[in-house]
Amino acid sequence: MSSADTNRSWYKRNEIAITPWLFLLPAMLFFAVYVIIPIGQSFWISLHEWDGLGDKTWVGTANYERLLGIGDQNIDRKFEVSFWNNLRWLVLYLLAIPAGLFIALFLNQTVTGIRLYKSLFFFPFVISQVVVGLVFSWFYLPNDGLFDVIIGWFGLDIRGGVLGNPNTATYGIIAAGLWPQTAYCMILYLTGLNAVDPEQVEAARLDGAKGRKMLWYVILPQLKPATFIAFVVTIIGALRSFDLISVMTNGGPFGSTRVLSFYMFEESLSEFGFRMGYGAAIAVVLFFIMLGFIVYFLWSMYQDDKGAR
Amino acid sequence: MTEAYWEDTMHSILKTSLAALVAFGATASTAMADAHSLSGELRITSDMSNPAPRAVMEGLVEDFGALHPELEIDLTIVDREAWKTQIRNALGANPPDVVNWYAANRMRPYVDAGLFADISDLWAEPEFEALASTKGAMTLDDKQWGVPYTYYQWGVYYRKDIFDQYGLSEPTTWEEEMANCQTLLDNGVKCYTIGTKFLWTAGGWFDYINSRTNGYDFHIALARGEIEWTDDRVRQTFANWRQLIDMGAFIEDHQNYSWQEALPFMLNGEAASYLMGNFAVAAMRDGGLTDDQLDFYQFPVINASVDYAEDAPTDTFHIASGAQNMDAAKEFLRFVTSAEVQTEINGGGALGQLPVNANASIDDDKFLEQGFEMLSSNANGGIMQFFDRDFSAEMASVGMEGLQEFMVFPDSLDDILARLEETRQRIYE
Repeated sequence: MSSADTNRSWYKRNEIAITPWLFLLPAMLFFAVYVIIPIGQSFWISLHEWDGLGDKTWVGTANYERLLGIGDQNIDRKFEVSFWNNLRWLVLYLLAIPAGLFIALFLNQTVTGIRLYKSLFFFPFVISQVVVGLVFSWFYLPNDGLFDVIIGWFGLDIRGGVLGNPNTATYGIIAAGLWPQTAYCMILYLTGLNAVDPEQVEAARLDGAKGRKMLWYVILPQLKPATFIAFVVTIIGALRSFDLISVMTNGGPFGSTRVLSFYMFEESLSEFGFRMGYGAAIAVVLFFIMLGFIVYFLWSMYQDDKGAR
Repeated sequence: MTEAYWEDTMHSILKTSLAALVAFGATASTAMADAHSLSGELRITSDMSNPAPRAVMEGLVEDFGALHPELEIDLTIVDREAWKTQIRNALGANPPDVVNWYAANRMRPYVDAGLFADISDLWAEPEFEALASTKGAMTLDDKQWGVPYTYYQWGVYYRKDIFDQYGLSEPTTWEEEMANCQTLLDNGVKCYTIGTKFLWTAGGWFDYINSRTNGYDFHIALARGEIEWTDDRVRQTFANWRQLIDMGAFIEDHQNYSWQEALPFMLNGEAASYLMGNFAVAAMRDGGLTDDQLDFYQFPVINASVDYAEDAPTDTFHIASGAQNMDAAKEFLRFVTSAEVQTEINGGGALGQLPVNANASIDDDKFLEQGFEMLSSNANGGIMQFFDRDFSAEMASVGMEGLQEFMVFPDSLDDILARLEETRQRIYE
C-alpha cells in the first residue's frame, strides 16, 4: 500500500464500492418499508385470529386449514368460488391482447382524421373503472338495459339479467373489463408498430409475403416486446379486478362474482369484516399466485437481457 | 369532580352564573338547570353526513356551545358509510370524546376491546327513565355503553290508491296479506318491490317473518347463535316466506337493484308495497307520491300465539374510553337525550324520525305518529335492531347472502341452511 493511498479518507478509498449502494439506499429503504416488511407482516397476521382491535390470538395454520379444507372440514366455498373466478379472469382477460392487436393494425394507416379515431379508441382506458362499471351495469340491466333488448331480438332471455344470474355475472364483468384493457393493449401495439422496420417489410414483400404470413413471420416477431408488456399489464389487470366487481355486483349475486382480492377485502376491511387473520391468509394465497407470474416475468426479462448481451 | 373543575369555577364565577342564566332562558329545562361550567375541549366525531342530519348535528353543537361558553367544541363530521370502517382507527390512538355508532350487537367489538366507556352511572340517573324503551338495545354484559338519539320504525308502506282501486284494506293476518296479494297479482300488479343487491333488504323480510312465526325470543336466540339454522322452526319461517315467493309476489330480478333502484316500481304502480324503514318515506315523497297515495301498516300476524315484535334500528352516541373530557361528554349525552332536544332534532324539519325520550313530542306527520303508536303500544314482543345489528357481523354477512339466494332460488334452501349452520357452529362453538 502506497503512502498516497493511506492519506486519502476512508470514503475516498472505497468510493467505487460504496456509491452504488448510496444511490440504491433510498429505493431499498422504501421498498423494504412499503413492500417487503408488509408482506412479512401479512404472513405473521395470517397465523393469528385478530379483529384488528384487541390482542392477537395465535392459531398456527388454522386459517389456512379452513381456507383449503384440510382436516375434517369442507373447503371454504367462498374461497373456491373466488379462486375459479380468478382463473376465469386470467384466461379471458388475455383476449384483450389479440383484440388490441387487431384494432392497432386496423388503425395503423394514414387517413384523414386518424388521430381522432385513435383517441376515440383509447377513450375507454382514460375514464375511470368505476364509470366503466356503472355504464356496463346499466347496459346489462334486465328489461330496460340495451343488452337485454338486443338479445331479446334473437329470442334470448337471461334469467335475472346478466349481472343477476350467477352463471353469467362474472363473464359480464370480464367483458366490461375487456373494454378498457383492449384499448390499453391497442396503444401498446400502436407504439410497437411505429418501431417496425420498413426495410424488413419491403424485403418480405419482394419475397412475396403478404397477408397472414407477413403478419405472422415478419410483423409479430418485431412486436415481441410490445406483446410481452401487454401480457404483463393484462395479467396484473386481471388479478386486481377489484373495482369493477365492487361497483357492478358487490360480489353478488350470492357471492358468485367474488375473486380473491375482493374476498380478502370483504373478510378483513369491509363493514362486516375485520377478521384480519383470515383475510391475511387469503392475501398470502393471492401473493403466491402472483409470485408465480412475477417469477416468470423476471426470468423472461433476464433471458432477454442475456440474449441482448 | 376534579380540582381543575373547582379551580375553573372559582375563576369564572361570574361567567358561570351568566351561563346558567342563559341556560335557564334558552331552554327553561330542568335538566339544564344545574348547568355547571364545563371547560376545556370537547371533541365530537359524527357520522351524520347527509344534509339534514348534518344540519342537526351542527345545530346540536351550536346550542350546546351556547349553554357552555367556556367549552370549546371541536366537531368532525365523517361520511356515514366511511365511518363504519374508520371508527376503528378513530377510537384507537388519541380518540375523540364522543362518537356516533349503532345499538345492539354492532357495539360488541368496541365494548370487548374496551374502547367504549361504560356509562351505566348516567343511565342510573332519574332523567334516563324516560329512555327505558331503548335501554335493552344499549345494554351489553349488563352495562350501558351509549345513548340513543333517534330511531325509526319498519313496516309495510303501500300505495293506498292502488289498494282502494282493487277494494283492498290493510291486512292484519297472513291470510289477508296473501289474499290481498293474490288480488293484486291477478290484476298485473306485483305485491312488493325490493332491491336485494346490497343484501340487507332481505334481512328485513327475514326479521319480520321469523319473529311473527316464532316470536321475538326465538329470533333473538337465533341471532345469539343458540339455535341451529336447520331447526324445524327456522324451516317454518322459510316455508311461510316461500308462499309469497311461489306466488310471484316480489318484483323480478331484484338482485340487480339497490333499495333506491327498486323504488320506481312502487312509484309508477308496478308494485303496490314496500317493506322498509321510515327513511323511505322521504324518497317516496320526492318521487311524487302524495300522502293520499301513500300509507303504512304494521306487518301482519302469522302465528297468533306470538306477540308483535318490530324492527326499529337505533342510532347512538357513545363516549370513548380514552375521552379527555369525560364531564363534558356525559353532559352532552344528557343534553342530546333530553325531551326538548329530542323533540327538536327528530322533528319533520330535522331528522324526521322518532324521539327516544318518552316525554318528547312527535312531529305532526302521519307516518311518525303511526310508527310511534305502533312501537309504544303494539310491539309487546320486543324491539329488534335489524338483522345486521342483532346478528354478529360474520353471521349477518353470510346470512344475508343466503337470504338473497333463497329469494331467487328457493329450491336451494337445504344447501343454504347447511351453509348457515356450518358458519354458526364455527362462530359460536
